[in-house]
Amino acid sequence: MKIRNSGGDAEEIKVEMTPMIDIVFQLLVFFIMTFKIVEVEGDFNIKMPLSAPSEGLPQEDDVPPMKISLKANGAGRLASISLNGEQFPNMQKLNEYIITIVGDDHGPGSVRETAEVELDCDYNLHYVHVVEAVTAVSGTMVNDEVVKLIEKIKFAPPQEPG
Amino acid sequence: MKIQKKKGSGVHEGDLTPMIDMTFQLIAFFMVLINLSDAEQNQAIKLPESTLAKPPEQPFEYSITIHVTDDGNAILNGQEIPISQLGPYLNSEKTAIVSTNKSIADTTVIIRGDVRAKTGHIQELIKICQDNSFEVFALRAKEKVRYGK
Repeated sequence: MKIRNSGGDAEEIKVEMTPMIDIVFQLLVFFIMTFKIVEVEGDFNIKMPLSAPSEGLPQEDDVPPMKISLKANGAGRLASISLNGEQFPNMQKLNEYIITIVGDDHGPGSVRETAEVELDCDYNLHYVHVVEAVTAVSGTMVNDEVVKLIEKIKFAPPQEPG
Repeated sequence: MKIQKKKGSGVHEGDLTPMIDMTFQLIAFFMVLINLSDAEQNQAIKLPESTLAKPPEQPFEYSITIHVTDDGNAILNGQEIPISQLGPYLNSEKTAIVSTNKSIADTTVIIRGDVRAKTGHIQELIKICQDNSFEVFALRAKEKVRYGK
C-alpha cells in the first residue's frame, strides 16, 4: 500500500506573540512606575501612662529619674545638653557618660533596669535632636551589635511655646 | 519582462526568546520587591536617623501610625489634621479598637515625626493620646547605615 506523504502541504502554525509582548511590557511599566525603595525603619519604645497624682510619700528606694535637658536656639537647633545640671558638649559625650553610669551590670535590679530618663526639651527644638538624645541614652553599638543601656525613657510635661 | 520572485527574501524574524526571557525576569524582580503594604509610610515625612533603629523582631499586635509634619500637623489615616483637633479622631480609633476586643493599653501609637517637627508638637500629640488612654508609644526613626565600619 502506498502511504501518502501529507507533510509537504501542511501549514505551519504560528503563535501570535504581539499581544503577549504588549501585555508583558505594560506589566513591566506598571511595576517600574510603582516601585519604591523602602528605607529600613526602627522604633524606640516608650511607655508613658497618664500619671495619676501620687498618694503619700515617695518610697525610699525609688530612684529619681535622670533629667536630660535639651535647650534650643531660635532656629530650633540644639544649643545645650545637660544631665542633672551637668553640661555635655555633644551626644557622643552624653552616651559615654551613660555607659559609665550603667556599667556592665545586667542583673535584675541593676541600674540598666531601674534607671529612668526624663527628657525635658524646649518647645521649638527640632525633633531630630530628641531622637539623637534617645539614641544616646538607650543604647550603644558594639561590634555592630546593639547594647541596650537605659530603656525607661519619658518626656517631661510639655513647655509653653516660646 | 518577467520579474523573478526571490525565494526567502521576505520578512526577517528576529529571535524574540531572549528578550521575552529578560522581560519576564524583570517582571518577576519587580513583583517580588514591590511593597504594597506601605500604608504606614508617608513620603512627605523625613524621619530622623539613628544607628539603633532596627526593624522590630515581631510586628506590633495592634498599632496606630501618626505622622507629624514639620508645620505641626498630624496625619492619621491619610488625613492631615492640626494636632489640637486630633482628639475626636483618636476617640473613633479607640472605639474601633474596643469593638475588636483589643486593649487600648496594648495598642502602640507609632509616631513618625519629621526631623524639623517641633518637639512641643510631639509632646502635645503624646498628651492627646494619653488623654484618650493610649500609653504605649514608638518613636520611629530611619536606620542609619554606617559605612566602612
